Amino acid sequence: MIFVSVVACNSKSSRNYQYMPNMYESVGYEAYQEADVFDNNMEAQEPAEGTIPRGGHLPLGIAGDYDGYLEAKANLENPLDPKELEGSEGGQLYDIYCGICHGKKGNGKGILVEREKILGVPSFDDVGRAITEGSVYHVIYYGKNAMGSYKNQIDEKERWLVTDYVMQLKAELEGSSKDTKEDSAVNAETEKATDSVAK
Amino acid sequence: MIQVIYRKLASKFLNLGLIILLTFSTSLYAQDGDPEKGKSLYNTNCAACHQLDRKMTGPALRNVASRLQEEQGLGRDWLYKWIRNSSGLIKSGDDYANQIYEEYNGVAMTAYPQFSDSDIDDILAYTAQPKEEKTADVDGEVATTGTTEGGGTSNRLILGALALLFALLAISLVLVRKTLNRFADAKGLTVEAAEKKKGFPIWKAFVQNQFLVLVSVIILLLTSAYFVYGFFMQIGIDQGYEPIQPIHYSHRIHAGENAIDCKYCHSSARVSKHSGIPSLNVCMNCHKSIYQVAEETQQMGIEEYGVDYNAEIQKLYKAVGWDEEDQSYTGETQPVKWIRIHNLPDFAYFNHSQHVAVGGIQCQECHGPVQEMEIMYQYSPLTMGWCINCHRETEVKTEGNEYYTKIHEELSKKYGVDKLTVAQMGGLECGKCHY
Repeated sequence: MIFVSVVACNSKSSRNYQYMPNMYESVGYEAYQEADVFDNNMEAQEPAEGTIPRGGHLPLGIAGDYDGYLEAKANLENPLDPKELEGSEGGQLYDIYCGICHGKKGNGKGILVEREKILGVPSFDDVGRAITEGSVYHVIYYGKNAMGSYKNQIDEKERWLVTDYVMQLKAELEGSSKDTKEDSAVNAETEKATDSVAK
Repeated sequence: MIQVIYRKLASKFLNLGLIILLTFSTSLYAQDGDPEKGKSLYNTNCAACHQLDRKMTGPALRNVASRLQEEQGLGRDWLYKWIRNSSGLIKSGDDYANQIYEEYNGVAMTAYPQFSDSDIDDILAYTAQPKEEKTADVDGEVATTGTTEGGGTSNRLILGALALLFALLAISLVLVRKTLNRFADAKGLTVEAAEKKKGFPIWKAFVQNQFLVLVSVIILLLTSAYFVYGFFMQIGIDQGYEPIQPIHYSHRIHAGENAIDCKYCHSSARVSKHSGIPSLNVCMNCHKSIYQVAEETQQMGIEEYGVDYNAEIQKLYKAVGWDEEDQSYTGETQPVKWIRIHNLPDFAYFNHSQHVAVGGIQCQECHGPVQEMEIMYQYSPLTMGWCINCHRETEVKTEGNEYYTKIHEELSKKYGVDKLTVAQMGGLECGKCHY
């Protein structure tokens, strides 16, 4: 008996006995179950073509090619209410999904880049790219170059939250890359201007 | 007057020749560039799409300048223009620019207007460096195999020394016994003979002593009952279950060394009952670029775990139908039969999003130190007692969650505590998990 129990505990690669398997095993099909009624015997199937998920997430009406990218860059805007953006979890989502390559500050120095696993990740204030809300959303949706699509990891609202956070990071980076003197001068000027307006 | 112009023509040609010579020599000088600077520029700006020796999103770039010169007759000026504004060059109707654009499926290269000529020269100098020979690796392999053998021999050495020590001990014990016997002989004592004379077997004495029999039977029954109970209690528990997966995926490397958040791959844990097994496109987010592991990681995999990590990446490419040569998907996919490890019985309900998103519980609390696991195994018993225990101890995070404001106020008054545990919130009700 002791021997049996020891053997049962030690077999790591197989499951243990169960008292009443028909209470353990689901009658309905479980997620990722193998069953011969499905294609490829997999429970995990892709939704039928043209399916729209609940919650009114309509597909983005812009193509995934370069022309679509330019179109999104020029025209696509964040539909979310500014109230929804305040104190949102966009930053947390960014840290999970984007930060590993793009860096927590968006300077293109994430841990995978620092460890030289993935190279060439641009900073958000890159002049040649000159990203906009629309282009950021388009890239999250379809991916670009070596970056894959994140459409199925974060949903529509979350994508816009992340987009908004990316634009915040871009603004911060641009602020820090300019001369601080220039900045303060500009600030002083704007303050004067607002003062004079107030007067 | 016209003749005057013609007379100066020769010297003008000379001057022109000199200017051409000068510009040519300066450009030669400029072509040198600093490969070190070039490398850092290349890694930050180009490496996302280009590699030196293989096609990626864009073409391979080893010796790109000299290859262009030889094959297309295009000089550096063309490269300067292309790098600073490739789409402009395409629109201007340049033949080769359009050819390249078409060849790479109309993927436009990002413009780099901020690069100066010398920056581009640095990058080109880096791309012109000869390919590193792999002799160093061979040396490394020899050295490492040497060390493993060394480790083996040192182990054997230690074992040998221990065996010798034990042999010496045994010999010395025998010697001590002999000398003691000799002393006993000298004093005229006969120890063994005295013992042998009794001649009454010990088991007979044991059987005759009924109290001793009773006590030992009880002890025997109790211990066997303990083990039988232990055996029946572990039925249906898969703690430590560690199946061999179709692709050797190392959580240690991904979640540990590279610090990728659990929710990056298991994104549905935030929003759904299930913490989904990531589909292969999530793998390809990174492995489109990472087609082999670092040398030292590969070495470590082979020596410590007996795994060829690069071959495992190839398994992924095969399953997802990724053609490395063409850098495109073939469309021939085959599902990967991952083996599910954590599985609650059908009669218990568990929701990941409830624990991860609302409860804010770290994945490691239930799944253990996954970031250290080379092979994933079930860390927790997943029994009801284990669930209940955590519900009794864990305090609910009510801050900033309006849903809890009222119920927290009333219940904390009822129980006379500041912070409510999950159990006090009703986390022990049967119907919460069994229905």
